[in-house]
Amino acid sequence: MRAFAQLVQRLDETTSTNAKLAALTAYFRDADDADAAWAVFFLAGHKPRQVVPTKALRALATRVAVIPEWLFEEAYQAVGDLAETIAHLLPEPGVVDDAPLARWIEARLLPLRDLPPDAIERALLRAWADLDHRGRFVWNKLITGGFRVGVSKLLVTRAVAAAGGVDPRLVAERLMGDWQPTPARYRALLAEGDPSERAGRPYPFFLAHPLERSVESLGPVTDWHAEWKWDGIRAQLIRRSGRVFVWSRGDELVTERLPEIAAIGAALPDGTVLDGEVLAWRDGAPLPFALLQQRIGRKTLTPKVLRDAPVALVAYDLLEADGEDLRARPFAQRRERLAALVDALAHPALTLSPAVVADDWAGLARLREESRGRRVEGLMLKRIDAAYGAGRVKLGSGGEWWKWKIDPYRVDAVLVYAQRGHGRRASLYTDYTFAVWSDGALVPFAKAYSGLTDAEIATVDAFIRQHTIEKFGPVRSVTPSLVMEIGFEGIQRSPRHRSGVAVRFPRMLRIRDDKRIDEADSLDRLHALLADADAQRP
Amino acid sequence: MLANPDLIRATDRGLYCPPGDFYIDPWRPVDRAVITHAHGDHARRGHTHYLAARDGEAVLRARLGDIALQCVGYGESVDIGGVRVSLHPAGHVLGSAQVRVEHRGEVWVASGDYKVESDGTCAPFDPVRCHAFITESTFGLPIYRWRPQAELFAELNAWWRDNAAAGRASVVFAYAFGKAQRILAGVDASIGPIVCHGAVQVLNAAYRATDVALPETFAVGDVADRTALRQALVVAPPSAQGTPWLRRFGDYSDAFASGWMQLRGARRRRAVDRGLVLSDHADWPGLHQAIRATGAERVFVTHGYVPVMVRWLTEQGFDARAMESEYGGEQDDGAAAEETPDAAPVSTVAAP
Repeated sequence: MRAFAQLVQRLDETTSTNAKLAALTAYFRDADDADAAWAVFFLAGHKPRQVVPTKALRALATRVAVIPEWLFEEAYQAVGDLAETIAHLLPEPGVVDDAPLARWIEARLLPLRDLPPDAIERALLRAWADLDHRGRFVWNKLITGGFRVGVSKLLVTRAVAAAGGVDPRLVAERLMGDWQPTPARYRALLAEGDPSERAGRPYPFFLAHPLERSVESLGPVTDWHAEWKWDGIRAQLIRRSGRVFVWSRGDELVTERLPEIAAIGAALPDGTVLDGEVLAWRDGAPLPFALLQQRIGRKTLTPKVLRDAPVALVAYDLLEADGEDLRARPFAQRRERLAALVDALAHPALTLSPAVVADDWAGLARLREESRGRRVEGLMLKRIDAAYGAGRVKLGSGGEWWKWKIDPYRVDAVLVYAQRGHGRRASLYTDYTFAVWSDGALVPFAKAYSGLTDAEIATVDAFIRQHTIEKFGPVRSVTPSLVMEIGFEGIQRSPRHRSGVAVRFPRMLRIRDDKRIDEADSLDRLHALLADADAQRP
Repeated sequence: MLANPDLIRATDRGLYCPPGDFYIDPWRPVDRAVITHAHGDHARRGHTHYLAARDGEAVLRARLGDIALQCVGYGESVDIGGVRVSLHPAGHVLGSAQVRVEHRGEVWVASGDYKVESDGTCAPFDPVRCHAFITESTFGLPIYRWRPQAELFAELNAWWRDNAAAGRASVVFAYAFGKAQRILAGVDASIGPIVCHGAVQVLNAAYRATDVALPETFAVGDVADRTALRQALVVAPPSAQGTPWLRRFGDYSDAFASGWMQLRGARRRRAVDRGLVLSDHADWPGLHQAIRATGAERVFVTHGYVPVMVRWLTEQGFDARAMESEYGGEQDDGAAAEETPDAAPVSTVAAP
């Protein structure tokens, strides 16, 4: 228990992902299989059921701490967390029982469920007496069902993989579904991969380059296939050996979060791999990206969540059919087979990404102007005779995919808040909040932290230190005096933001030393952009 | 029965002793000030005469400059206007003192800030019998209980050792006066070089001038070998967090030393890798141990969790009351710390 409690504290204390990963990896490297299995269970977000009512727990702790109720309440007000308050208030432990985590869970915690209240009370008192401060905190969290540490399943996967020297994708696959916290299951996570287990393995995603030269230089338009550049989550849908896997581009297995997509997989013939975009989708058109973002953030998928943001897969490539790797075949061939497959399947959540066709580049350029109204980011251009590459292929290799995005929206805004960055940028102010004018006041509307060079960041950092009004922890408010041009991809109404709008992927395009703050844009202009976007919607 | 006259009472200038016509740690300029210790919220500029413990002389002069300062040894008495005044170790920081005031057989003690656990950088807390005791209450909640220092330093050493092995500097943010020197005196200096921020170096010199043994410390400019910086323990005031000064240490791990680090929320808000629960104030058991040891019937509670302490002490049978003051409590978050204008108060854990 001590090692696990210490891990929880480490994870709790740091905001650095690398430090969390290092702590997790060290834990899994040393932990016994039985403990590791339980650690995975809790860290990957499974919650034990609350076994002791909060009120009873409070009353017991107050009694054991030998303090009056009002003092417990004062303490709780200062701490703000019941499990932690109790851990602080209990008398010093006697001899700490450093039994392994698995023993604590299996011999002490799980049996609580079936005990009558007075026996639970006795068991709690014994547990508290046998644990040190950190151990009590974790124990209290576990019995109140409130156990939560700031790590993602992906991070746990990476740590287990690093500790065991296994491919993280293999670990992710094996972690799917119901996780039984047994030593055998944990050992199986780290076992040598046998070929049948490669079932879930995705292909490396083929990534596109931004088109930064004239489109005419690509040659005849007839050599190219154009389609919309969707603004969703890139995904591979795999159906092999009777199982279904959905992978996002970050090597994250998201099957369980996307039941609609998993359902398509179940209907596919065995030995099929699709590449496409997951989008929040209704009536044959995408919903705003923000809806998809909210949906993907949800841990539990209630009927309401599924109803409010249904997802669909817009497929644009077929990487494997009948168990055969098709990636070396020309795009046109893969596309034809994909079209036939989508057609034959006729699944409501599966759509073929339509071809965008024009007689010449100018025609395509005109169609590209419709992007905003269609909630897409522009066009994708793929050579009809090219193979499906791995990752981001070298420029000039000939088979590239090009993303021909529309120009971003541009707004001149005023820097009003700055926050320190992380890691390498920890001592620099790199994350900025920008505001626009509204009735003579500056209203924050976007946060941006990319787009500047290191030299520019250094200049802005110095500016911020000289123009600080107030400090709130890592944040400083800054005398409004610096204007920057902010670019963003999309805009929509948002009651949750003070400005009433939310913008998509804001970043800094350039510092406008030449502009005074009164020359910055106003909220009216953002509303005008919003109205334009609405008007363009077909 | 005659009520005992109040030997010390709160005024808008500070704690005042009417028969002796002097103030203890006044926050507005007065003629005669008795200073418990040199932290900024207790020792201010602008008084005509200062009285303080001899151990605190170097620090006090380093901070307040040229003042009319009379120093006395611990336990030595002086007469101020017919009142017998003596200073007794408070165990808080170098030169910190409780002020014992005796007049016509009535004895009062004002504690200033204190800590009951001895730490080797200052004379340990010495309980003084009295009729009335004026106590601080910075950590006056039962959730504040300090672990033994040995455990804490073992953890600090292990962290430093791990970082040094990984070629990463270990930066500890600690208040420059008191906390920083306690860390220096407590760590295992054989692990690597120790680099101190300029604000800390000044106080180190004052400690050494008072014969407190501290390990060798370097200013950052003294370390020519850049790789040595990666093995170093760096002690800096909280105001250095996020400043360009830290850039020269490259990729470092950081820790924050404060009693407030006891709480998870405070640790997270600080956004450092480690929270070191190290305070120069008494914890909850320490406060009560100190109060009982005085044998006082009347207890006045100043800065901290005042209402909680007053209610608790009343329930324990003391004649307990609140006493208004303008002291700041745990300095590393304190607004009154003149050399840490950068340290924003952690308002959610500040005392009510």
